[in-house]
Amino acid sequence: MAPDPASEYVLELDSVSKFFGTVVALKDVTMRIRRGEVHCLLGDNGAGKSTLIKILAGVHPPSRGTYRVDAEPVAFDSPRDALDRGIATVYQDLALVPLMSVYRNFFLGREPMRTYGRIFRVFDRRLARQVASERLAEMGITVRDPEQAVGTMSGGERQCLAIARAIHFGARVLILDEPTAALGVKQSANVLRLIARARDKGISVIFITHNVHHAYPVGDTFTLLNRGQSMGTFKKSEISRDEVLNMMAGGQEMADLMSELGVRL
Amino acid sequence: MTDRSDDRVRQVSRLHRVMARPEATAIAGTALVFAIFLVTAGGSGMFALDGVINWSVVAGYLGILAVGACLLMIAGEFDLSIGSMIGFTGMVAAIPPLHMGWPVWLSMLVSLACALVLGFVNGQLVVRTGLPSFIVTLAFLFVLRGLTLAFSIIVADRTIVSGIGDLAERDPVVRLLFVGTVGDGLFGWMAQHGLIRALDDGTPLVRGIPKVLIWWTVLAAACSLSLTRTRFGNWIFAVGGDAGAAKNVGVPVRRVKVSLFMFTALCAWLFAMLQICDIGSAAADRGLQKEFEAVIAAVIGGCLLTGGYGSVIGACFGALLFGVVQVGITYTNINADWFRVFLGLMLLLAVLFNNQVRRRVTQTR
Repeated sequence: MAPDPASEYVLELDSVSKFFGTVVALKDVTMRIRRGEVHCLLGDNGAGKSTLIKILAGVHPPSRGTYRVDAEPVAFDSPRDALDRGIATVYQDLALVPLMSVYRNFFLGREPMRTYGRIFRVFDRRLARQVASERLAEMGITVRDPEQAVGTMSGGERQCLAIARAIHFGARVLILDEPTAALGVKQSANVLRLIARARDKGISVIFITHNVHHAYPVGDTFTLLNRGQSMGTFKKSEISRDEVLNMMAGGQEMADLMSELGVRL
Repeated sequence: MTDRSDDRVRQVSRLHRVMARPEATAIAGTALVFAIFLVTAGGSGMFALDGVINWSVVAGYLGILAVGACLLMIAGEFDLSIGSMIGFTGMVAAIPPLHMGWPVWLSMLVSLACALVLGFVNGQLVVRTGLPSFIVTLAFLFVLRGLTLAFSIIVADRTIVSGIGDLAERDPVVRLLFVGTVGDGLFGWMAQHGLIRALDDGTPLVRGIPKVLIWWTVLAAACSLSLTRTRFGNWIFAVGGDAGAAKNVGVPVRRVKVSLFMFTALCAWLFAMLQICDIGSAAADRGLQKEFEAVIAAVIGGCLLTGGYGSVIGACFGALLFGVVQVGITYTNINADWFRVFLGLMLLLAVLFNNQVRRRVTQTR
């Protein structure tokens, strides 16, 4: 699918709302993702981040409003439809099998095949090992051995593997659900570096997080969600880290908490 | 390693890597058992050609079941009904030719169809209800055994039917597939030239390689290659390792599991066909406890009970160890009752070892 170069945006949500029965999960959210930018989606728990990414990923259709891909309105029936348009989501569970090796996980469900004597179609393991190692190396991840079981990798390495896999299989837009949530400082830095590298390859990244310290260094644009509504989208030049922090529910809450606990600012 | 990576790498020795393979325990255990028997029964004829055939046939029968059980276990499921399935498919194949005049090949084909349907039902019940396969197939263990006994009485008025061996021998297709031995000419020639032991009339003591061993070898090779070298094999590991993750990347989890239930049923059928042709009769109580023996062989062979890890080669060594100990013990002065004690301990040892492997592989640092 050739991207329409006329459109500056790869994904657009226009006044999108989502209702679950009587619950308003999202209300009139407008969000535009540029080509090759890291767009951070910030918000506290319950702000509607999960619902928003599920709409983007094709899990839920919006109740109201329009969703456009390459300026063309879409109605996805399943995540498979979104994937066919190059929109890949890496969820927190990562969809990796711990007991299996790196290369087997990398190609799981999309194994490269080769044919022996015209009859036997077999899994081309040599190609799989080689491609998995190369792709991971390109993303700055060195695997000791592609035969290594994923279960022995650190959380950061696993996250990077899942991201590299999505990129290899043609993601133009990468939706990352809290990729740094369970990681230590150094591992988070590796994942952030990988996000920047994906952007350098021209991939648009939607980075969901509630950690401003992780979002601010790599983000180009920030959309803040609070209680199902967008509090606006800001370019990095328009907003400082502290402003982002304050606009998130957490900013005010934290200030209140500190005064409550008698901490002097 | 780049400076960015936050892992510390320890060089692992070659021995360590070999020991980390799933089949390592079974191969080491088999080697140990062979060493013990070479010392205690070396001169008893256990390692003469007829002795070797004796224990390898026991291993071969169990090996056919173990291959199926092993693949299913790697996919995260059990089938405890295979023992009853042996009795059932054997009777379905034997009664119609003897009591209704069917050709043997036809009744065997019908028997195969029954086995595949039973495997399909087992699998569908497990994947649709989400119940543990342990309990679903345990129910079938009893249901099938009971049905086999009841129907044998109704149709044939007995639970053991003999004479099927002669009919099988007269059916050219069945004879080719299941009856007798392979390489009789070669063995006869070797006997004539004094290379192997011959009877007084010049025919060899061992007429050839029993067909069960050929089946076992072919089946094990095909399954081992399928498991490690094909897309389907990759999916078997995935559905056993993490069914949710497998589903999320597009692996048809249910289809993989159901087809493996059908494959274990096919293995039970193969076991039964070879056995009725070999013994010459079928009985409703055949295959008793075979489901446990198959699980034991697979576990000794390095399969994790929780799925996602294991090897066909390992399961075959598990079956070999089983056969060697069961038959070998009769060549020694040791009372044969000790066989079960040894096997139980071997199983416990293997589970402890496998658990260690899993802990090492799944623990995040």
